[in-house]
Amino acid sequence: MSLNLLLQISPEVTPSTLGTANPVSIAIFFVFVAITLYITYWAAKKTKTGSEFYAAGRNISGFQNGLALAGDYMSAASFLGIAGMVATKGYDGLIYSIGFLVGWPLIMFLVAEPLRNLGKYTFADVVAFRLKQRPIRIAAAAGSLMTIAFYLIAQMVGAGSLIKTLFGLDYEIAVVVVGIVMTSYVLFGGMLATTWVQIIKAVLLLSGATFLVLLAMSKFNFSPGELFLSVKSQYGEDMLAPGGFITNPFDALSLGLALMLGTAGLPHILMRFYTVPDDKAARKSVFVATGFIGYFYILTFFIGFAALALVGKDAILSLDKGGNMAALLLAENTGGSAFLGFIASVAFATILAVVAGLTLSGASTISHDLYVHVIKHGVSDEKGEMKVAKRATIFLGVLAVALGLMFKGQNVAFMVGLAFSIAASANFPALLMSIIWKGFTTKGAVWCMITGVSLALILIVLSPTVWVDIMGNSEAIFPLKNPTIVSMTAAFVVGIIVSLLQPEKEAADLFESEKLRTYLGHGSEK
Amino acid sequence: MNKTNTHEILQSAAFKKLVKNRWNISLTFTFIMLFVYIGFLLLVAYDKEALKMQIGDSLNLAIVVGLGIILFSWLITGAYVYWANNYYDKAVKEIKKEII
Repeated sequence: MSLNLLLQISPEVTPSTLGTANPVSIAIFFVFVAITLYITYWAAKKTKTGSEFYAAGRNISGFQNGLALAGDYMSAASFLGIAGMVATKGYDGLIYSIGFLVGWPLIMFLVAEPLRNLGKYTFADVVAFRLKQRPIRIAAAAGSLMTIAFYLIAQMVGAGSLIKTLFGLDYEIAVVVVGIVMTSYVLFGGMLATTWVQIIKAVLLLSGATFLVLLAMSKFNFSPGELFLSVKSQYGEDMLAPGGFITNPFDALSLGLALMLGTAGLPHILMRFYTVPDDKAARKSVFVATGFIGYFYILTFFIGFAALALVGKDAILSLDKGGNMAALLLAENTGGSAFLGFIASVAFATILAVVAGLTLSGASTISHDLYVHVIKHGVSDEKGEMKVAKRATIFLGVLAVALGLMFKGQNVAFMVGLAFSIAASANFPALLMSIIWKGFTTKGAVWCMITGVSLALILIVLSPTVWVDIMGNSEAIFPLKNPTIVSMTAAFVVGIIVSLLQPEKEAADLFESEKLRTYLGHGSEK
Repeated sequence: MNKTNTHEILQSAAFKKLVKNRWNISLTFTFIMLFVYIGFLLLVAYDKEALKMQIGDSLNLAIVVGLGIILFSWLITGAYVYWANNYYDKAVKEIKKEII
């Protein structure tokens, strides 16, 4: 095919219907909400005990959990954001998405199976297994809740502005609707409903994105080469190679570590491993999740480039300077306003599912870690715990809405990075050391987590991301945009030094008998 | 299961070998993954020109390497599952026979 022909089908600026009420998207969205609320109703009847509320009775299959993990992880930010990044910055978007994927193999190698065998409902179960319960639970809850809160703020603010652009609905109404629907999933249907919401959303998102890529590629005779040539002829070959995303290697490394190891410290992801029957199913679910997430990032890569070639950079940037509308504009360009409506409602469903997962894991941290193990000293009666879990869900639902309203119009993009950074600096080191190191002590774990959380928080405030971009100072006190390389290393070092200074004999003895459970699954929660 | 039995299993050569093999595989795979990803980041940081090398008419090295890492993540995760299903689980079964 000649270049001339390729150029003929490229940028035509048509006025977009984005931002007006689209009947198709509203209809599909209502169908989605109706189906998921029906599932919640069905799940509510099966959700009575703690193990049912937190872990869906450990009856989810490995494949289903793999899809649900992918659903939990593929947020609207990664769908719209990464496609937008590819569409405006080219290849750099792929570098970013690779970072989000490579954490999954590490979850497999390091944490998935021991986590399933040792824990009950939260990752703190594993850290606290042979250490002193109260101090560990408090420190782990701080790390978990901090991770969840920042992730949640980013999702809620994203939801409000996205829905405003997509449906023409007011920001405030959008935030409240998201809050009410997701709270109902968690409150009534617990983990079972949340899991099925994730699965449905994952299937919708993967099939919608696949269809979008097929439609777009049909304009290039289904040849990736023709797509790349078209991008090259319009925007130059630099678009297809690394650009300015990575200039400082330390910055790149720090962000890379945050994405890679933070994934293995996200409480709402770790919690999903308790929904499967055993370690074998946990293993399978990581493999399935890795497959789907990798496939999804390949799709976003093509969506971004196809949007660049067919819609054009100017048209994309004119609607949103972050490029977030690229996937939607491509949908409209290739499939008309009905298809735009479909993709828009998929994006909305995506947000709902992700915030539901976050809220459930926050509620389990409050009820299981804080209420049962800190306030009640580990003596839980099931009814009391469930009551607290449900109250915590309502509290988190209201908090999510309040935070969404409070941070309206603020630059919250850094918060996802911060959530990953805290997860990589506080949750991951403590989890890993408790699994593999006999000499790890209670004090070591507590100081490790405190160091991780506080350094990640302090350094991000002093970094160019907040100190310069948000607070408007001229020069950052801490030079890196992402603190993980420092905060995570410090957490490991502090955890090791404190443990070595004051060994804990009981914990070391218990490590031996713990092995039976870690490696053979003997005595694991059924 | 009584206490001496637990102790015997923990001290048995079969169990020690199981734990050792598990971490040998896991840590080796972890370092390979870290090496691949960090190597990629450093390549991007230090030698952008090398990645611009054309492969055929329409592809370049950067795209091949980027999509290759995604593919590699699948393969290495799959390799671990294969190992665990075929070797680890069998060894666990053998040891578990002795517990009961």
